[in-house]
Amino acid sequence: MDQNYSSIGRGSQTRQAIEINKVLRNTYMLLAMTLLFSGFTATVSMMMNMPPMTYLLSVIGGMVIAMFVLPRFAHSTAGIGIVFLITGLLGFGLGPILSMYASVPNGSNIIMLSLGGTGVIFMGLSAYVLATRKDFSFLGGFLMVGFLLVLVAAVANIFLAIPAMSLMISAVVIMLMSGFILHDTSRIIHGGETNYILATIGLYMTIFNIFISLLQILGIMGGDD
Amino acid sequence: MESDIDMDWMKIVAAMALIMFIIFLFPRARHMMENSPKGSSSDWMGFIVPILVILLFIMLLVQLV
Repeated sequence: MDQNYSSIGRGSQTRQAIEINKVLRNTYMLLAMTLLFSGFTATVSMMMNMPPMTYLLSVIGGMVIAMFVLPRFAHSTAGIGIVFLITGLLGFGLGPILSMYASVPNGSNIIMLSLGGTGVIFMGLSAYVLATRKDFSFLGGFLMVGFLLVLVAAVANIFLAIPAMSLMISAVVIMLMSGFILHDTSRIIHGGETNYILATIGLYMTIFNIFISLLQILGIMGGDD
Repeated sequence: MESDIDMDWMKIVAAMALIMFIIFLFPRARHMMENSPKGSSSDWMGFIVPILVILLFIMLLVQLV
């Protein structure tokens, strides 16, 4: 009898492990495709010489769709199309920023370092969570409050325009987004996130924010800003 | 002159968007604060160590620019 319960328990654990692996695989696959798509829309935007305000409008549009439209379609295949719409829009918004950096001396070096740095941070942190299988769910409240405080500081700095404060905000954003990578990946591998569409958009946002913040830090510290 | 007006307009729109985002996120942040499990000191060390490594890595990138 005990043996029966034990094998039922093992069967359930195996099914859960398979389900978690499936969510993880689908998340990384969709993430890779959306990043490629963002790269494509960013290139299109650069070729079209879009004005700087494109970035602001794209980010606002992307965030509104992510907050109000995506949750309604996250459990259907239409959700995949909406993820591509959001990531394509954010990539398109990156075009003018990349054009601006590309036009300054050493700008292409800054862009390549930011791109490579973002990739190393994301892969390193993901590998850390997958290898240690630590549970980072305790970080949730801390990261959200930290993120809100950074947003308040960012609002203030829009009008204050202090370069040192911009640098500090970018550094804190990278720390917080790194925390979100640990938290979100840990949620997937512990069965807390079973929707790969929502998992993808969460991880994409962290990568996007790390890339933008690294660009800003390297741009300021590179002395070419 | 026209470019200054454009910049002011963009600043105001960016600030409004960020404020709306803060208002939207605030209830979620409060919910997560109240419902997140508490981490032990070893849990926090497992977070702090990789973050310090990331900081060092960023300093390395700055040196490479």
